[in-house]
This record gives sequence, structure tokens and C-alpha cells, in this order.
Amino acid sequence: MVGAALVLLLILSALLAPVLAPHDPADQFRDGLTPDGQPIPSTLLEGSLRFPLGTDANGRDLLSRILYGARVSLVVGVLANALAVALGTLIGSIAGYFGGLLESVLMRFTDVMMAFPTLLLAMTLVAILKPSMWIIIVVIGAVYWTWIARVVYGQVVALRDRDFVIASRALGAGRVYSLVHHILPQLVPTIIIWGTLGIATNVMLEASLSYLGIGVQPPTPSWGGMIQQAQSYYRAAPWLVIFPGVAIMLTVFAFNLLGDGLRDALDPMQVGKL
Amino acid sequence: MWTYLARRIIQTIPVLFGISIITFVLIYYLPADPARMYAGPSATVATVARIRHELGLDQPLWVQYIDYMGRVLHGDLGFSYRKQVDVTTLILGRIPYTFALICGGVFIELAIGLPVGIISAVARGRLADRLGMILALLGVSAPPFWLGLMLLYWFGYLIPIFPLGGTGTPLHLVLPALTAGLGGAAWYARMMRSSALDILSTDYVRTARAKGLSQFLVLMRHMLPNALNPIITMAGMDIPWFIGGVVLVEQVFDWPGLGRLAVEAIETVDVPLILGTVIVTALAVVVSGILIDVVQTIVDPRIRHGQ
Repeated sequence: MVGAALVLLLILSALLAPVLAPHDPADQFRDGLTPDGQPIPSTLLEGSLRFPLGTDANGRDLLSRILYGARVSLVVGVLANALAVALGTLIGSIAGYFGGLLESVLMRFTDVMMAFPTLLLAMTLVAILKPSMWIIIVVIGAVYWTWIARVVYGQVVALRDRDFVIASRALGAGRVYSLVHHILPQLVPTIIIWGTLGIATNVMLEASLSYLGIGVQPPTPSWGGMIQQAQSYYRAAPWLVIFPGVAIMLTVFAFNLLGDGLRDALDPMQVGKL
Repeated sequence: MWTYLARRIIQTIPVLFGISIITFVLIYYLPADPARMYAGPSATVATVARIRHELGLDQPLWVQYIDYMGRVLHGDLGFSYRKQVDVTTLILGRIPYTFALICGGVFIELAIGLPVGIISAVARGRLADRLGMILALLGVSAPPFWLGLMLLYWFGYLIPIFPLGGTGTPLHLVLPALTAGLGGAAWYARMMRSSALDILSTDYVRTARAKGLSQFLVLMRHMLPNALNPIITMAGMDIPWFIGGVVLVEQVFDWPGLGRLAVEAIETVDVPLILGTVIVTALAVVVSGILIDVVQTIVDPRIRHGQ
């Protein structure tokens, strides 16, 4: 419940960023820097709402940038995961259901992709394709599907010889028909759980790529990129690292919490265990 | 056990080849001309063409791949275009640092994760459990690079206990190892709790309790050996992610390991260095997978006897 509320809050603040943000995230304010050109900390302590979380090295309002950054994180996290779930379900269920050569080829390919160090694979792909938000979504989807394929594969293998599937085949259902109508519906809880937990992982991956400087490119504000830019003066202006990091952590936390809650709701055997 | 191990090692060979092929093809499509990188920006077109020929870059992709793999199998990973040094030498120089970081990180993961998980399981539903699990979920959710900067700020700068970066003494390893391990520790705590709860509700634990064993003995003799198994399996699946995390930690602390080398290689489009670092890290992933299987056969006699 807390997870659902947090996720809702995040989505709302991303959608309403133009209303909620006190400033334009790209505006560089003259009074956003000290006379010698340093970023200023939160103005709340001085009783002013001008820059509630302080400003960055360009005199831009940090709160506004974090609110707009939520859009990048959520869009990338959700869409990349939708792609990963679609690919993983397709490959895992085909390999699990049809077996034989198709199974060997698809699952060995999954093994190879899983042995790749995730972040290095994503970095190489981004370097080839040039970073942009859509490319990041495709790349994250392309490195994350293996996990879902493994899980789906395991479940389909366990289901394919069950009586209700054999009965439907005996009644004359085609192989594809019985896969789509009798096996896939059984996978819905798994897909919902992974569809949520995966968003958490992918938000983290996006932040990591942006932190390494190969994610969504400036001037679009992204949380990972904000931390990368602030890294060299984290001692003088720690708020520039602290707040974007808290935003990432809250988002990942919210989707993890929601995913855990969904698992408890959809899979009664697991209640209270994780 | 030995036949099992041999089979396991043979199984990894196609995986390694698969990885080398995919990396090779990916790099072939990098939008940069390796011959131009090697020759430098001021070289003439003719020089670039000559170098392209000398490096064999004018050959078809599959010929280049076979040439490359032939050399790799002889332990020669090529010559870095940018650094003008042997890739093998470069990588061997970085391995000790990454190895130290991984060992430190894994130590933190287990030393914090397992006890917290066990305590949470034993105190199921009580305050210690709730608190432990919320902290664990937060730990799983914190980005490692941010955690690293926070640790640096608090324990390197505000309270100057640890150095702000660099290498040399064991003290230099503490913050990077914590950064690499805390997220995993939170994850293992969750796994350990779940696994321990499964075991604690079995009949043999009830029997052990009924014959009067103390809580400590029940946990150590009956719960732990059985609960470790699924955790070891999960550890095997966690390796590629853990190594990804190490890349980030090395970036934060300017730690001269393999991850930084790989990031540098990708940033500067240093083709032989990208190939070398990716193949060596993939090899590390695969080898640690085998090591974990070996540990599992030692911990679980059922696997050893092929059941």
C-alpha cells in the first residue's frame, strides 16, 4: 500500500512538474549563485522559498531539475521494462513450450547474454547507437530481458505437461492456441510482479548510465547525470549529490515495495517471506 | 564431482565464444575508424590505409575474428590503440585492484547480510525484523555511486577517518568495499531471511527443538547449512550485476581497476582494449559461476551424489 501510494506520488510529481516546479529547470539565475560564483544551499533556513533545495553550479534551481528529472527516470524505467517483459515473455515461453532445438538455441543465447557484465554491455551498445532517451530505453530493454526469459521459461516448462494443457491439446487446440490461451494466462501474476520489480532495476540502470555520462544527455535533467556533474565538488556543495540520490533511492524503493506487495497479494504461498 | 566439474567447464566454452562473437560484432559497428584512431588525427589518408591493412582491418569480419581469437588463445589480447601498450599487460596490472575490491565487497555482503537475515527470520514480525527489512529494502534501492559519494562525504571529509580516494593501504579499501557490498548485503539479508523462514518451519527443525537443542545450535547445525543453498544459487546469478556495480564503485573512488579501464576504453573507442576488458570480465563471471557451483557441491552432498 505504501508502495502504491509512493509510486502514485512519483507519477503525479513527474506529470505535474511544470506546475509544481518553482522555476524553469534550465533557467540560470543570477541570484542563484554567490557573488564569487558558487552554488547556494537551500534558502528554506533563511525563510525563503526561492530555491528550496539550493542551486547547482550554473545557478539553476535544484528542486525544479529534480522534478523534471523524474520524467526521464519514470519514462525510461517503465518503457524499458515493458520492452524487456515483452521480449523475455516471448523468448522464455517459446523456448519453454516448443522445446527441442528452438529451446536449446534460445536458452543458450540467454545464457550468453546473462554472462555479459550488464553495465559494460549497455555501455558498448550506447556507444554504438549514440545516447538519446529512446536509445537508452531500447538498450536497457535489450540487456534486461534475459532475467524475465529465465523466469518465464521455468514456469512454462513446469506448466506444459500439466493435465489441463494436455486436455486442451486432446480437444484439438493448436500448439500456439494452447500456449496463448492456457499457459500465458497462468503467467500473468509473474509478469505483473516482474513488471514492477523490473522498473526499479531499470530506473537504477538508467541512473547508472547517466552517471557514467552515457545516459540521457544534458541539458535534459536526469538524476544520474546531475550526480555526475556535481561529483567534482561534492565537498563544497553536498546537496547537489544528496537530493538527486535520494530521488533515485525513493523511486527504486517505491517500485520495490509495490512489487513485494503485489507478490504477497498474487502469490499467497510467499506471504511475509520477502 | 570431478566429472560434474569437467562437464561444467566444458559447458562454459560455447558461452565464452558467444560473448566474444557478440562483442566483436558490436565493436565492428562502433562509429569510429580504428585505423584512424591508431594513426592519430594528423596522419595522411595513405598512412591510415596502410595501417588499416597492417592491422588486418580491411579483411572481412569473420577473418578478423578468427585472427583475433587465434591470438587470444595464445594469451595475446592485442595492442591498445590509445595507450600504445600491450592490452594483456594493462589488464594484468589492473586485476589485483579489482580483485581486492571484489573480495572486500563480498566480505561486507556476507558479514552484514547473513546475520541481519537470520536475526530478522528469528524475530519474524517483531520490531527488529521490520526495521531490518525496511533498511534492507532501502539498501537495495540506493544507487551504489551515490552511496559511495555519501560515504566519502561523511567518513572521508566531515569525519576524516578514511582517505578520499587513491590506493595503497588497507584503509583505502574500506569505503570502496563498503560501497560495493552494502547493496548486496541488503539483498542477501532479504534472501537469508526468506530461506531461513522456509527451513525453520520444517519437521526436522521442530524435532531438533523437541529434543531440547538450544536456539543457537538449531540455527547453526540445522538451519544454516540448509538455508545457505538457495543463497549460493542466487549469488551465482548476482555476479554479472555485482561486477557492474564494481565498475561504478571504481568510477566514484578513482580506483585503478578493470572497470575503470573498461569505461576508459569505451569512452576513447580503444577497440582492442574494449574487447580485452569485456572478454576478461566475462571470463571472470563464468569462472566465478563455476567456483560457486563447486562451493555448492561442497555444501550440499545431494548435488555431489547426482540427485
